Parts: sequence; structure tokens; C-alpha cells
Amino acid sequence: MLTRVVRVGRRLWTAWDADRGGTVLLVLLAGVAIAVPALNQLAPASSALHLSTYSLSLIGKYLCYAMLALALDLVWGYGGILSLGHAAFFALGGYAMGMYLMRQIGSRGVYGDPILPDFMVFLNWQKLPWFWVGFNHFWFALLVIAALPALLALLFGWFAFRSRVTGVYFSIMTQALSYALMLAFFRNDMGFGGNNGFTDFKDILGFDLHEDGTRVMLVVVTAAALAASYLACRAIVGSRAGRLFRAIRDAESRARFLGYRVESYKLWVFVFSAVLAGIAGALYVPQVGIINPGEFAPINSIEAVIWVAVGGRGTLFGAAAGAVLVNYAKTYFTGALPELWLYALGALFVLVTLFLPRGLVGLGASRRRAVQAGAAAPVIWALGSHVGVSLGSKLK
Amino acid sequence: MIRPPDLPSPGKILTLDDVTVSFDGFKALDGLTLSVDRGELRCIIGPNGAGKTTMMDVVTGKTRPDHGSAWFAEDVDLLALSEPEIAQAGIGRKFQKPTVFESLTVFENLELAIWGDKSFWKDLVARLTRAERRHIDDILDVTGLTTERAALAGTLSHGQKQWLEIGMLLMQEPELLLVDEPVAGMTPDETHRTAELLLSLAAEHSLIVVEHDMDFVRSIARRVTVLHEGRVLADGDMGRVQNDPLVVEVYLGA
Repeated sequence: MLTRVVRVGRRLWTAWDADRGGTVLLVLLAGVAIAVPALNQLAPASSALHLSTYSLSLIGKYLCYAMLALALDLVWGYGGILSLGHAAFFALGGYAMGMYLMRQIGSRGVYGDPILPDFMVFLNWQKLPWFWVGFNHFWFALLVIAALPALLALLFGWFAFRSRVTGVYFSIMTQALSYALMLAFFRNDMGFGGNNGFTDFKDILGFDLHEDGTRVMLVVVTAAALAASYLACRAIVGSRAGRLFRAIRDAESRARFLGYRVESYKLWVFVFSAVLAGIAGALYVPQVGIINPGEFAPINSIEAVIWVAVGGRGTLFGAAAGAVLVNYAKTYFTGALPELWLYALGALFVLVTLFLPRGLVGLGASRRRAVQAGAAAPVIWALGSHVGVSLGSKLK
Repeated sequence: MIRPPDLPSPGKILTLDDVTVSFDGFKALDGLTLSVDRGELRCIIGPNGAGKTTMMDVVTGKTRPDHGSAWFAEDVDLLALSEPEIAQAGIGRKFQKPTVFESLTVFENLELAIWGDKSFWKDLVARLTRAERRHIDDILDVTGLTTERAALAGTLSHGQKQWLEIGMLLMQEPELLLVDEPVAGMTPDETHRTAELLLSLAAEHSLIVVEHDMDFVRSIARRVTVLHEGRVLADGDMGRVQNDPLVVEVYLGA
């Protein structure tokens, strides 16, 4: 009995020692999954401890962003592949979920059509377009949520990696991809609700989305999905394939001359990352209650890069923490000092780049990865100027 | 992978025949014909622009020649294979600038260099076998990096990186090793140790060493080939090559 306790204790200690940051993340997520239902459902509304509906949706949103950051950190932090188009995968997952939620509305829409969503009735469409067929089934939506980002990443990555497109060129191409999708989704005749996108969702799997209980469940599911994603990313990074992925960033031609088809390693990690981003987007939409083409905006992908950089790239848990921290700051600033937020974000990015190349995680840790942070500096600089231009144009 | 019709004498590890490579009209290789025996340690020297690196690029599949043929172990057509396929076939290449995976440990660098069928899905679940661990330990020993096994490769000295890279090639158990300027930037002591390392490898592997450092070449070379303007200028043992008036004129005399 005692030896068993000792053995379990030792195993727990080893797990903790091997990945302290990750363990903290997992414990915090477990905490969220316990505390959120308790504070919302059990604490009376008058109590100071009560978690409001607004807070619920904020927490859910942060967790989805953390998942997107995790996906981005996997390709950028470990493979040096700076994708500035991850918002596109996020939005595609979101749209797939949105299509399911739209079909769930049924005849409760403004026009009361049992099949056609309101915007189609408004456009005088008589029939559901073929690509909307099947979205009345939740399982079908789930399939598309994973398959659509995967397919796009596979197609795009196959061409890009096979043609050995790397560095800033890859980043610009992903940005262009995201932008092109945004323009396409803005068009009414695309069949995705044009610039209004989808909103006015009623329920998911029969549960009312306006009920706190449903929202609590969504937060818990998101926390579980984030934990599972973290474990999956950690398993990939810790495998030989993951080490090779890092090796490709250090010396791609060396890996090639060792006999590795480096394109396929990049491609599969990229595809996996896109799927994670898609799932994050799908969890995001029912919690914020809307999806529109703005989610494809280039600035969204860039903000995700900033979360990762602020948290600490190449650590996974740092990226997740960065997403939550920056977005918490964003919520606060856009409320208190709305006109200053973009400046604050830009300044944060520049300061982190200059003084904390390894992000906030780097504050406490040893200098083990100082080498790779140094290698990232030029990319960060290229990105910094890009962010500057984007922010500038947005401010106008 | 059919044997060429006019097969050269058996026992050749590498045969280049009339290889021509031109870049925008400049002929980096101009009808280069060269063969290396199995188990040989061949040094290739020549002034800058003589075509040494281009020759390595052709052999490893990085550059495709406009003309000519390249055969490995007499029956492998190098011009029909991609870079990874050539590496898998048994040709290892050490770059001029030491190229190792800087953010991984020395041990991990060698692990990734393990010979075998490589695919993302297999590597996702791959575990080191006992034999592989032993192999890595042996290579750590040969390259003198045993005490550095847990160090990040990025923290190694220049010479240690060169040895690690050679060690990574050895993990692949290549039949032919191409080594580009192994002692550039090394201290005399490191140069000496590198010479010993290469000589100890020559029996089991075939080596082609490109080097500028003439003292180093003198210390290891059995047979030297001098390249000039993309073709072979002279070929033979060091003494003969050194006294060749043509060689003296274009290279040694300079």
C-alpha cells in the first residue's frame, strides 16, 4: 500500500518536474471546469462570488483564444512557420458551427421558414444551397469543423512547402489567403450571410443558448478541449517527429540531407494546427453568439501572433497564458481607455520583442532556449513593422 | 537503377562522367569526369570557383547537371533521385558551414540522424531501441562528444559542431561521405583531431574531402584531385600533384 502511494507520488512528481508550466495550465483548467459551474449555478445571484452571464462568455472566449494560440505556437514556436492566416482556420471552424446553429433555428426565424435561414429568405432564395445540406446534423457539423480547415491547410501547405516557400514569404501568403477568404465571405451570393454573417442562434443540441446552464457547459467543454489540445501538442512536440520539426527550423537542408522529406513533417503539423484552430473557432461561435467575415480579418491573425509572443513562444502553455492575459487586458482597456488599446497592444509587442524575446514565460525560466529566441529576432522584427502598418491603417 | 552500358571497372563508389553544369552561361562544371574507389579517402582541391561545391551539389541532388551522368556504387543513377533519396541510398554530406540542430541536444541531434525509414507518422511514435542507444553512444565516443551529450548543440564550439555533424553523418552508416572544408576555422589542435577522425573513418567508408588548408590535405591525403574551371586539372598522390607545373601555376603557386 505504502509503496504504491510512493510510486504514484514519484510518478506525479516526475510529470510535474518535466513540464511545470503545462501542469499548472492543466490544473488551472481543471479549476475553471469546477469553479465556473459552482460560482454560476450554486452561488446566489446577489452574492459577490456569483459569476455573471457576461463573465461566462468572456471566460469561454478567452479559452477559445488560448486554443488558437496553442495551435499557432505549435507551428510558429516549434517549426518557425509564422502563419499569419490562422484566423482563417478559426473562422472556418466557426462558420461550420454557425451553419449548424442556423439550421437549429428552424421556423423560429423572423421569416419563419422551416428550412431556409432568414438571410436566404431575404435574398429570395427558394432552395437550400447544396453546401448547406447535412448541417442540420450535429455530427456532420463536427466533421466539417475538423475537415474543412484540415483540407485548406493540406492544399495550401502542400503547394507552399513543396515549393519551399519559407519565412516572410510564407507569412505574406497566409495573410493573403485569409484576406481573400474575408472578401469572399463578405459577398451575399456566397451563401454565408454576407457581411452580417450568422447570429440570433437559439439552441445547440436542444439546449437553449440563452440559458446560463448551457453556457456553463460550453465553458467546461472548451476547458476540456483546451486541456486535450495541450496534451496532444505536448505529445507531438515530445515525439521524434516533433524534434525533427524543431530541427527543420534550425537547419532545413541538414534535415533534408539526413534523408527526411521535410515537407511532409511541416505539412502534417500545419494541418493538425489548422484543425485545432478550427475547433477553437467552433467553440467560440456559440459562446459569443455571432460569426461574420470580420473573423477572417488579417489583424485577427496578427493579434494571435502577439498573444503567443507575449506569453512565450515555443512553450505551448505560455502561448495559452499569453492569449488569456492579452485578451483580459484588451477587455479592460477597450472598456476603460478605448482609443488607447491599439497603442497599448503595439507597445506591448515592441517591449516584449525587445526585452523579453521569450515572452513572459522567459521571466522565470532558465536560459535553456536562449539560442532559439535569438533566431526568432529577425522574424519578429519583420512582423513588428507589419503590425505597425496594419494598426496604422486600422486607426485611420 | 539499371547498370550503365559502359560500366567502369568494378569497385567504384562514385563515377562522374562528362558532367556539365552552367549557371547563366558560366560553366561551373565543364565536362567533369571523375571516379572514386570504394574505401578511398580522396581529397579534392582547387581555387575558388573551380567547381568543388557544385560537384558536391550534383552528387547530393541539389543541382541537376545540364549534361553527363553520375553513378553511385556503380548501379544507382544519382540524377534520377531526390536529395532525401540520395541520402537514403547511402551518401552523407557535411556542409562547409557546420550545420547542426542548435536548439536540440547533442544526443537528440544524433537521434534524428538515425538511419532508417523516415516518415512523420512513424516518428510520431518512434522509441529508441537499445541497439540505437548503443550506436549513439559509440558515435559520441568516436567524435569525442560523450561529455557533451546533454548540451544544446548551439552551445558547442565551432570544432565540436563540425564533429557532431560528422557524427550525424556516421549515424546514417553512409557508404560515401562528402566532407566540405572540415577544418575551416579550427584551431591547430582541432585540425589535428579532425585529421585523425577522418583517417579512422577511411577504412570502413569512402570519403571525399574538399579542403583549402594544404597542410591538412598533406596530412590526410592519399590521392588528390585538382579541379580548375570545372574540370580535372591533375590527379595523383600529393607529391606528384604538388610538382605538376600546371597545378603550380593555377593554384599552389598563387
